[in-house]
Amino acid sequence: MLDAMLISPPAVAIFEQLFARRGFLLITQTFNAISNSSIFLLVGLGLAITFGLMGVINMAHGEFIMLGCYTTFVFQSMVFGRLFCGSGCGERAAGEISNFQRAYFEEIPLGHGITFCLTILAAFFVSGLIGLILERLVVKRLYGRPLDTLMATWGVSLILQQAVRVMFGAQNVDVIAPQFLRSQLRIPGTLVVLPFTRLFILFIAIGVLVGLYLFLSRSKFGLRIRAVTQNREMASCVGIPTEQVDALTFAIGSGLAGVCGALITLIGSVGPSTGQNLIVDSFMVVVIGGVGKLIGTLAGASMMGFLNTFSETFLGGSLGRALTFVIVILILQFKPGGFFPQKGRNVE
Amino acid sequence: MSDPVNQSFVEKLQSRRRLIEVATVIVIMVIAVIILPATLSAFRLNLLGRWLSLAIVAVAIDLIWGFTGMLSLGHGVYFALGGYALGMHLSLMAPRGRTPAGVPLPDFMAFGGLLKLPAWWEPFHSPWFAMAAVLLVPGIVSLVLGYFIFRNRIKGVYFAIITQATSLVLGVLLVGYLQYTAGTNGLTNFETFFGASVNTPEFRRTIYIITCFILLGCYIFARWLTSGKFGRMMVAIRDDEFRARYAGYHVDFYKLVVYVISAIMAGIGGALFVPQVLIIDPTRAGIVQSIEFVIMVAIGGRGTIVGAVVGAILFNAIRTYLSESYPDFWLFAQGLLLLLVVMFLPMGLIGVIKEGSKRFKIGSNVIFP
Repeated sequence: MLDAMLISPPAVAIFEQLFARRGFLLITQTFNAISNSSIFLLVGLGLAITFGLMGVINMAHGEFIMLGCYTTFVFQSMVFGRLFCGSGCGERAAGEISNFQRAYFEEIPLGHGITFCLTILAAFFVSGLIGLILERLVVKRLYGRPLDTLMATWGVSLILQQAVRVMFGAQNVDVIAPQFLRSQLRIPGTLVVLPFTRLFILFIAIGVLVGLYLFLSRSKFGLRIRAVTQNREMASCVGIPTEQVDALTFAIGSGLAGVCGALITLIGSVGPSTGQNLIVDSFMVVVIGGVGKLIGTLAGASMMGFLNTFSETFLGGSLGRALTFVIVILILQFKPGGFFPQKGRNVE
Repeated sequence: MSDPVNQSFVEKLQSRRRLIEVATVIVIMVIAVIILPATLSAFRLNLLGRWLSLAIVAVAIDLIWGFTGMLSLGHGVYFALGGYALGMHLSLMAPRGRTPAGVPLPDFMAFGGLLKLPAWWEPFHSPWFAMAAVLLVPGIVSLVLGYFIFRNRIKGVYFAIITQATSLVLGVLLVGYLQYTAGTNGLTNFETFFGASVNTPEFRRTIYIITCFILLGCYIFARWLTSGKFGRMMVAIRDDEFRARYAGYHVDFYKLVVYVISAIMAGIGGALFVPQVLIIDPTRAGIVQSIEFVIMVAIGGRGTIVGAVVGAILFNAIRTYLSESYPDFWLFAQGLLLLLVVMFLPMGLIGVIKEGSKRFKIGSNVIFP
């Protein structure tokens, strides 16, 4: 390196710059891919429960995500924003404030951050509750008729979407990211910059995955869920209330969609059709991963994250997406049950 | 059935039923082709024509879903491919843009910075080529896609998810390559077709009547297809695919044939839709549009061809009425309608009518034993 510098400094400088840029691109894209995978993972985890474990095709899953987004928005701007800034905030009187969320964020950044984390929980319960109602009223009556479930839940998704559109308007809404997520992590010595919001999502996604794994494999209720999904009659015979388990399982899956929704507000603005745009991707994650196993969902999410990021980098947005789809079909040619298929003795 | 007298009675009944069906269809066609154009306003007639072209797609969905049990959530793809094939010809007939060199070009291409017409657009100058493409493009795409899907025995819900992804992908491609496809705006500003202006009432009436006859053709074809051995096979696949496979039938082949037929029919529907609405944009390929086709069939009654037609007309009539008077309410109504039909009337409107007439017949049997 020293020799080269002595010979022709400009050439080396160019080389170094080029290398730095290439390496920068690679590291940044890898990080983007991991980050996208974590979003796919969050989107897919809820479905891994409702679709993977229970076999219910919930087309309203995307709308549960959207409800999670709006729960965060409502809590941050209308509940906490009004609570802390409703009667004037700092030097401003209530009449001068047009955006309570922003005023709240500017005046009490710490409180804003704390309540944001609380809204993630709130989103879990709101989506979970609506999921519970949906299961009791609709899905319960359609067990064993997957295609009918698909259509009925599509009807529900239309209703939920339109309800949100009527209540909050058709335009997108923004949730202000809390103060502690607004900076970036700079990897020393390189140009690579990792935004904290993305790291936060990655962190939560891993947390949810691990928590869900422990819940399903260690807790009493998790064991019941697995018992019911593996052999309903037998589980019923040993005294497990299968209907209650169904309802709560569905509620947990929907609640996880809500958590996902609360977190994707950190990435961009959200609107009534946010969920609909995610639904195909989330089903893809579960299908290529293989139903019934969390490790499959992780594999599917990573696959989708890396495929999407790299094919879009090299081919551009639309062709990259088409390529991702072609690769998914090709994978299904060789692995019809996904990466981690369910083992069983049935002819299918 | 063993009693020959009874059997001949059943046969007589069936032939009488066939006669009634033919008579009903003829009466409806006379009303649709002769009476309605004379009485309805040009606007309403055009609207009805759109519904009938959507009804063709509904028949296609009924063949694949109602009879063969494969729920396709991606027929918007074939609808849009058919529509775009004709739309490309129509927009070449009315080039509004100019290249820097002064060559006339569709305006979106000029905006997109293209210097000349792409080679694959060139043949669409011929209306005959465009009309052949309406049949061939959906046919070939569905053949390739279907071959890989069915070879792999992807079925049920997985089939629905994969087909849904195709409609997402086509939508993304159409929006992404806007210098070739006009992006979200879609192909529009059409002027002439076969030298006739597309904006005159006469043209619209002609297209309406053509749509009526093509729908009739699709109806007859679908009735013929589903009433013979092939139709029995379709129903067998729907009811128990494994049994059909173990009985030695080449299930994948039958599925592929139905899929391709249905895709071509959807393409025809799209091609008839475009000259009536005079625009084709990527939302027609999208998920929402694709599921709407399925909803039409669900409302009318799956597994009966007439149900698909009735469902398409009913669905669109409700949509037009509600969008005109209560625009916010339409999506609620669509969602509720779908929910109610799926949960309480799985066989749709035709199912209700059949149930009713069966009850009535039991009554008549008691009276005339």
